[in-house]
Parts: sequence; C-alpha cells; structure tokens
Amino acid sequence: MSETWIILGASSSMARAFIRDLAARGDKLLLAGRNLATLEELAQDCKLRGAELAEPIAFDARDPGCFGAIITRADQETGVLNAAVFVGSMPDQSAIDADPALIDGTITDSFTGPARFLQMLAPVLETRGNGMIIGVGSVAGDRGRIANYVYGAAKAGFATYLSGLRNRLGRSGVHVMTVKPGPVDTAMTWGLGKMPFMTTPEAVSADILKAMKKRRNVVYTAGIWRLVMLVIRTIPEPVFKKMSI
Amino acid sequence: MRWKNAEYAGWGRALQANGELTRPEARSALKKIVADTPAPAIGNRRSYGDACLNTDGKAIDMTRLDKFLGFDPETGVLTVEAGLSLGEIARIMAPRGWLPAVMPGTGFATVGGAIGHDVHGKNHHGAGSFGQHVQAFTLMTAAGETRVTADSDAALFKATMGGLGQTGVIASAEMRLARCKGDIVTVTERRVENFDEYLGLLDRSDATYSVGWIDATAKGASLGRGILEEAETGAGLVPPSKPSKTIPRDAPGFALSSPIVKLFNAAYFRRVPSHGRSMVKPINEFFFPLDRIHDWNRLYGKRGFHQFQCVVPLAEAGALREILTRISDSGRASPLAVIKRMGPGRAGYMSFPMEGYTLAVDFPNRDGAERLIKQLEDITAEAKGRIYLAKDSLSSRDRVRAMYPEFDKWAAEVAKADPDGALATDMVRRLGLRDEI
Repeated sequence: MSETWIILGASSSMARAFIRDLAARGDKLLLAGRNLATLEELAQDCKLRGAELAEPIAFDARDPGCFGAIITRADQETGVLNAAVFVGSMPDQSAIDADPALIDGTITDSFTGPARFLQMLAPVLETRGNGMIIGVGSVAGDRGRIANYVYGAAKAGFATYLSGLRNRLGRSGVHVMTVKPGPVDTAMTWGLGKMPFMTTPEAVSADILKAMKKRRNVVYTAGIWRLVMLVIRTIPEPVFKKMSI
Repeated sequence: MRWKNAEYAGWGRALQANGELTRPEARSALKKIVADTPAPAIGNRRSYGDACLNTDGKAIDMTRLDKFLGFDPETGVLTVEAGLSLGEIARIMAPRGWLPAVMPGTGFATVGGAIGHDVHGKNHHGAGSFGQHVQAFTLMTAAGETRVTADSDAALFKATMGGLGQTGVIASAEMRLARCKGDIVTVTERRVENFDEYLGLLDRSDATYSVGWIDATAKGASLGRGILEEAETGAGLVPPSKPSKTIPRDAPGFALSSPIVKLFNAAYFRRVPSHGRSMVKPINEFFFPLDRIHDWNRLYGKRGFHQFQCVVPLAEAGALREILTRISDSGRASPLAVIKRMGPGRAGYMSFPMEGYTLAVDFPNRDGAERLIKQLEDITAEAKGRIYLAKDSLSSRDRVRAMYPEFDKWAAEVAKADPDGALATDMVRRLGLRDEI
C-alpha cells in the first residue's frame, strides 16, 4: 500500500532528491511550495519516475491561510499519511545586520510557518493513528555562531518544537523525526566557498530513508556531524565566544 | 544567480580550466542567466578534452536541470531536460521496456552533451547516432525556449547535432526511445586472436550491440588481439549490480606503466575461456562498464590522460593496422582500447561517425604521448578518416577543418546563432573553429 506524503518546500534541492526516492517506491506525493509552474514539472517528473500520484499544491510559509486546504486535500487519501518539511531561508548575516526586519521572514520560513502548519496537521494524524513527520533542521541550530545566528536561532526553535511534537504524537503512534544536515551541495550553498564534510542531496535522502526504517528520533547527515556538533556544543562559552568557526 | 570560481576539467584531466560556474535548478533560472550572461553549457564533463571548458570565462552547469518532462508510450517519445543523464533514463525506463536508442560508453553523459557531440554507441552500425533519434530540442534564449526540429530549421538542427554547444544552450530534448524486452542483456564474449580475425568478425557480426576490447600492447602475430562482445537486450532476473566504488585519490605515475599494462592485458584476455562464453548482466554493466568505478580517471595520476579516437573508411583497414602497430611499438597504451565497426549514420554537420572502423585508445599524459598521437592523426588524415572532438585535446585548426567537410555550413549557422561568440569554449578557441567571428 503506497503512502501519502505532504512535502513542504518540494522544489528545494534536498526535497527534490527525497521526492524522487519516494516516487521510486510508488508513493503518493502532494508537492507544496510557492512556484506552481515548477511544482507542476516536478510532479510530472515524479510520476514518470513511478509515483502513484503527484500533484502540486500552493504553500507559502508566510501565508497560513493556505495551510488548511493542503491538510484537507491530504486527509482525503487513505492509508498512511506523512509529512516532510524542507522549507527555510538563509539570508546572509550581513544582509540581516543591514536590515534587521529580515529576521521576521527568516524565523517564519524556517520555524513558525512550518510549526503552525504541523500544529494544524497534528490532530489529523492523531486521529489517523499512524504516519510520520520529518522536519529538516540544521546543525546551525545546535549552537549560535557569528556567521549565521539568526538562521541558527530559527532552526534551533524548530528543533525544539519538533522535540515537543515528538513527545506528544508518539503517544498516538505518529513518529516525528528531526533531520540535521551539515552543509549540503544545494543552490543555497553554491558559491559560498569550501565547506567541511559537504554532502549531496542524494546522500541526505538516502540517510533519511534509512533513518525512517529505524524510526530514529534525531538524525545528523552526514553522520560525522553528530560528533562534530557534540564537540562544538561542549566548548565552554568563555572560549567559544572568542572563536569564529 | 550566484557564480562560483572553480578549477574544473574534462574527463581526461590533461587540460584544466579556471573559471566561474553557476548551476540553475529550474529552466526559469536558466532563462535569466542566459539573458544576463550568455555562457556555454556544460554537463557531467564526460568529454575528454576541452569541449566543456571555458578558461577565464563563465559556464553553466546543467546537471540539476534533470527532470523527466513527459513520455508518450504510443510513440516512445521522451521529453527531458538537457542535464538528465542517459544512465538515469535507462535505469528508469528499461524496466518498462524502453531504452535510449543510442547510449555511449558512460551513463553519466547528459542528454545535452550527447546532442552536442552527436554521440554513438555499441549499436551504431544499426541504429546510427544519438542525434538521429532526437525529434526536437529547445534552445534557451533571453526571450525563452525556442523549439527546433529538422523541419522547422534544418540547418540549425544539423548545426546543433554534434555542434559543441555553439548554437545555443540546449534546455530540453524530445528523443525517440527504442523498445527493449527488459533491463538485462545477454552478452557473448569471444577471444579474437589477431587483427584480421577481428575485422572479419566485426564485418560479419549481426548482433544489435557489438564492441571489441583490444590489447593495444600485443605485437607481431598477436597484433590486434582482444575480446569481442556481442549483446541483445532481454527480460529476466539477475543479481543487482554491486555498489559502485570510488578511486579516492590520484594513482602514482607507475600504476599504468608499460609492464603493468602488459601483464594486466594478458590476464584480461585470458579472462574469457578460449571457446568463449555467454552470460546475462544488468544493462548498466554492459553499457557502462566503467561507471561502477567512480573517478576512474584518477588511475592515470595527476597529469591525466589523452584519448585518441579515430574512424577510418572500411577500405582503409590497413591504416588502422598501421595505427595499432605504432601504438603497440610505443608501449604507451593503457588497458583501455576499443574497436568497433560503425555504420554511416550521423545527424549533424560536425558529427563524428562515418562508415568504417573506429578505434579508441587511452594514453597516460606522459612525455612523448603527444607526439605519438600527432602521428596517429597523420595516418588517420591520410586515410580520409577523422578524429572525434569529444575525445580530442591535441589536434589543430587545419587538421579538423580538413576532416570535417561540412565545417563551413556549421560555421555559418553558428555565426548566425551566436554572433558575439558568447558560447565559445577552450576547444573552439584551440581549434580556431570560430576564427571568423
């Protein structure tokens, strides 16, 4: 029985690799995002790659008015219903320094928008009594750094939210998984210079699928980042505040 | 759209470029790039020389424009974005009974690259070149995508097939797939003892797919010995391919030195029993044997390698023997040497194929390799053959113009399509292909 997926931010580089893997399993995909023309092409791509169903649906993290329609549409499908959240935005820290108002959008895109959506979805999944939510955070959320602490703060908020949601939904048989990618070779990181332990969207997708089988709670990808962030988190604040990493 | 400064190379790695790259993920982004900063498009950089390089300039990495856009099971016409690889098409479509009508020796080649070089495959004698199965393509301009067919603009169509990307950025293509019974092949391998036997077998082969490995170190009575592979697609169940391996770093220079290559080739020849054998394999193992070893070009070390590939007319088999003799006498060949009989099929003015025999041999980039390759080119030219620009890194202006009789028609179309030379690449400059602009 094929499963149904709501994919928020379906045209992001990471989501594209993931939906192709889901398509190969023959799943049903609701591709949510802002650019419907691009999503229409992605839906066609997914269908040709084996998806039982793939349709574009309008989603904007900054417009909660569109959330309800997505959930209603998804709830029409029988079988297991899952959701994966790939939305987020990362303006340059320097741009935020110049225009602090950018903080609001960053927090909405990466944290409060998707959190509000999941908050509406939660009772639906509780009623259905199964399914999985995959939330993509970032290692940047594990500790605030000079280079991108607003983006990091948004992702940290989202990770804490997911932790609480996991605590709640686990009681109803719904699993919530937090994915924390390190740098991934995407449009977002293109041209930002050489980054350590960079991985690919395809590898991230493979890691997510593997972790889904094991019903892991928090997954780092590439796996080395669990260790790296453990070290970074244990650096005492008096030392850390003088570092630029 | 962000650009990043990068060092990059073709598959041979003997030639390198330093320039700015961008990588759009949607054709709408590609349109903006082409409007702002028209630049040559590059794919997975599986051409060997400098066809995919633009030193001190810009280039558009097309590999994330890799969507399936549509498929008509009635006609078998598949529409895809140009950055999609042929191996991915085969992987998805073969279980449903369809294959790209023409597949080159690596599945990493993109559709755009396959058009830009009008590539051929192991079935060229029957199926012709890649471009002959392309029904239409779109070129991206500042105004949007323009669809081109052989009927809408025959000259532009022919100038684009094998046209080294000089007529515009290819954004998508409609290609006619070929029916296959499934995603396995039945392969028959047989030892071939010498050059004459090889030509005889190639001439008589009626297999859909055929290709010959040749031991380019063998001399005298064994000159031109090798293993002929003939194959047909079929349905069935075989164990899936083992996971691919990666060559983690450049090999030292002696890894492919003459004695080691000789030993390897002798063992490889005896791999097949003297009475031959038949077996079934997953399609990718037959069509793309080296793709399972990622970055195998690193085996040639930091300096990289050159590949020489020529085709000579059927009547000039003597020239091919001469070429093989020179190669084996030089002791410079690597284990990678391939012979095949080609049919006349070609789709563009600058397409490589002609009816005859084609030979491809890799040479580690060491002192003297260049001189040897020049000699091989001389013999090819004398035999009225030609060299393959997808492989070339050493040829010259006059030589290429003499080998490609329709060069002038190509140049005229290119001058119309890209009057400012914004799409020129290192290869185009090295070979003076657009000197008139």
